[in-house]
Amino acid sequence: MLNLLNKFKDPELCRNILRQIEAEVNGQFKFMEVCGTHTVAIFQSGLRSLLPENIIHLSGPGCPVCVTHESEVAAYLELAEKDVIITTFGDLMRVPGPDRKNLKNAQAEGARVKVVYSAFDALKVAMENPQDKVVFLGIGFETTAPTVAATLKIAKEQKINNFYVLSFHKLVPPALKVLLEDQDTEIDGFLLPGHVSTIIGLKPYLFLASEYQMPAVISGFEPLDILQAILLMIRQKNSGQPEVVNNYKRAVADNGNPRARQVMDEVFEITDASWRGIGTIPQSGLGLNEDYEQLDGFKALDITLRDVPPIPGCRCGDVLKGKIRPDECPLFKKACTPASPVGPCMVSTEGSCAAYFKYMV
Amino acid sequence: MKKILLDYGSGGKASQRLISELFLKYLGNERLNRLDDAAFLSGMNGPLAMSTDSYTVDPLFFPGGDIGSLAVHGTVNDVAMLGARPMFLSCAFIIEEGLEMDLLEKIVASMGEAAKKSSVEIVTGDTKVVPKGAVDKIFINTTGIGQIVANPAPSGHRARPGDVIIVSGTMGDHGLTILSHRQGIAFDSNVQSDSAPLNHLILKLVQEIPEIHVLRDPTRGGLATTLNEIAQQSQVECFIFEDKIPIREEVKGGCSFLGLDPLYLANEGKLICILPENQAEKALKIMRSDPLAKECALIGQVKAERPGKVVLQTPLGGHRLLDMLEGEQLPRIC
Repeated sequence: MLNLLNKFKDPELCRNILRQIEAEVNGQFKFMEVCGTHTVAIFQSGLRSLLPENIIHLSGPGCPVCVTHESEVAAYLELAEKDVIITTFGDLMRVPGPDRKNLKNAQAEGARVKVVYSAFDALKVAMENPQDKVVFLGIGFETTAPTVAATLKIAKEQKINNFYVLSFHKLVPPALKVLLEDQDTEIDGFLLPGHVSTIIGLKPYLFLASEYQMPAVISGFEPLDILQAILLMIRQKNSGQPEVVNNYKRAVADNGNPRARQVMDEVFEITDASWRGIGTIPQSGLGLNEDYEQLDGFKALDITLRDVPPIPGCRCGDVLKGKIRPDECPLFKKACTPASPVGPCMVSTEGSCAAYFKYMV
Repeated sequence: MKKILLDYGSGGKASQRLISELFLKYLGNERLNRLDDAAFLSGMNGPLAMSTDSYTVDPLFFPGGDIGSLAVHGTVNDVAMLGARPMFLSCAFIIEEGLEMDLLEKIVASMGEAAKKSSVEIVTGDTKVVPKGAVDKIFINTTGIGQIVANPAPSGHRARPGDVIIVSGTMGDHGLTILSHRQGIAFDSNVQSDSAPLNHLILKLVQEIPEIHVLRDPTRGGLATTLNEIAQQSQVECFIFEDKIPIREEVKGGCSFLGLDPLYLANEGKLICILPENQAEKALKIMRSDPLAKECALIGQVKAERPGKVVLQTPLGGHRLLDMLEGEQLPRIC
C-alpha cells in the first residue's frame, strides 16, 4: 500500500502536472480547499510554494473542529463541569469556549476528560465505568458519523445504559450550497473532500455543476492527486463545461458507501445545525432519531444550546467561507497563536489558520 | 504474588531488605555498597557535565526496552551530549503501593544491565513508596555526572552557517512504539524502541572530530523540536531535506494510521550532530561502523537566512516551515 502511495508522490510526475497547470491557467484561479486535510496536505508536501501565484487557495468549511459552533463548545464545556466522563477526539481539547476556557483547562480543574481514537473506544470507557455517565462528543462530517452510528447500535443492542452521544455531526454539501448563495464569495472551483466522499459518493455534489456551473473534483490527499484535481478544474473552467468528477477512484466509489449510509440512516435524522461563522444551515446536521433517544446526550442529560456571543475580533467565520486568508485576520500571529488560540481555526490540526502559522515560510 | 507495601519506604527493616536483596543485588558496586548518606566520588577533574531526568513511561515494558533501561540510557545520553564520558548515576524510585515485587525486580535488573552496558555506576539512590493512586505504578529519576572530554564542549548554541546536520539513524521508533502499545490504541506493528546508550559512540566522535559544534538527542518532541531549539539557541536556520531523513516504513505506516508526524516522535537512542561540512564524511564513517548508528544520514545544512527557523524542503522541491508543536500530538478526527 505504501509503495502504491509513493507513486502519488513521485516528484517527476508532479513536476509535469505543475508545468501543465502553469501553461493552462488563464488569469486568476480561485479554488476552495473544502477539507482542512487538503489545506494541510498542500502545505506539507510543499505544493503551496510550488503552485503559481495566480492559483488562489481559499479555505473551506471542511474542518469539523473549526465549524463547531460556539454554542456547542459552550454546551460541552458546561457538561464537563458536571459529574460525567467526557470522551472526545483529541482535536477538541484545546478549542476555546466563550471565556477562552477549554477542555484541557477543565481537565486540570478536575473534569474527567478522556481522549479516544474512536467512538467505539468511548463505548469501552462506558463499559469499564458502569457507575459513571460517559458522554462522547460526536463531532465530524459524513466520514465520522457512520462509525458513531455503528457504536450507538452496539450500545443499544448491548443495553449499555451509561453511554451518551452529543451529536454535533454536520453534512458537507448543504454548507457548499450556502457558500455559493453568498454574493460576496468568489470561487472558481471546489476541491472536494476525499474522506467524506468515500461515504456519500458523487451524487450529493452534482448540484454544484448543474445549478451553479461550478467545476468540482473529488480528490485524494497525495500531491499528485491534488495537482491532477487542480488541472481538471482549470480545464473545466477554460472549456466552460463544469462537471463534478471523481478523481479519487482508488478510495471513492461513485455511489459512495451505501452500507455506511444505511447505518447512519438507522440511527440519525437530518436536522438543522449551527455552523461557526456561517450560522444555522437547514438540514445540515445529524441528530439521534427517536429510536435512540435514550442514548441522546441532549435529551438524556437535558442539554440545550444557548446563545453565546461570538468571540470579539475572531474572523474564523470569514476564513471558513474563503472570504479572507488566515493571515489577513487582524488577530493572526498577534493575539491568536497556537499557544493562545482565539478561534478554532488556530487550534485544530486541520484548521487553516494553524496550517498557515505552522507551515508558511 | 509479593507486593510492595508502604513499609518498604519507611526506612525500617523492610526498606533495608529491599535495598540489600534487590538494589544491591542488581546495581551493587563498591561505592553503592557502602550505603553512606552520600556517594564518595573520585577520579574526576576538569569540567564536568551533569543532567537529570524523571521517567514516567506507560507502559512500563515495551518492545526494545522498559522504564529501567530507559532511565539509565536517557540520562547517560544527556550527559554524553556535552561531549562527556558519563561516570556516575543517582537513582530515585517513587513506587505506588501494591506494585508487584516481580515487576520491580525486572525493572531493577534491567537498570543494572543497562548501567553495565553504558559503563556507568549507580552510586546513590532513594526509594519512596506512596499510597495507591499517588503515582502511576513507578516513577524513576536518575541524575548523571560525567567528565567532559571534548574541548570545547558541543552545545546547542554553537551551530554556524555552513555546518551540516547529521542524524545517527531512523526517527520516531521509540515514540511510535510507546504510542502503539498504550492502552486503547493497540495495533499490530513490528516497531521497537531504539533505547540505547550513545556514550561510546559519542566518545569516538568527539575524540576524533574536535570540530563538532552540536550534539543533541532528539528525545521528547523529536527531531523537529530539537532542531527548532538549536535554531533558536544558535540564531541560525536549520534547512533539512525531507527525503534524506531516515524513517522506517513501519513507522511511516503507523504514523499515517494514527495521524502523527514521525518528526515529532521521541527517540531514545539517536543523536543529532552538527559540524563543519568538511568533517561530515569522517563523522558518517565513524557512525556507520557503530551498530547503533548504521543508518545515519546527512539530512540538511545550517544557514543564516531565517534565524530561529527550521525549513523543510519536501521531495517535490517545495519549502515549508517545520515548527515546534504547541503541546503533545493529539489524535485527530478524520
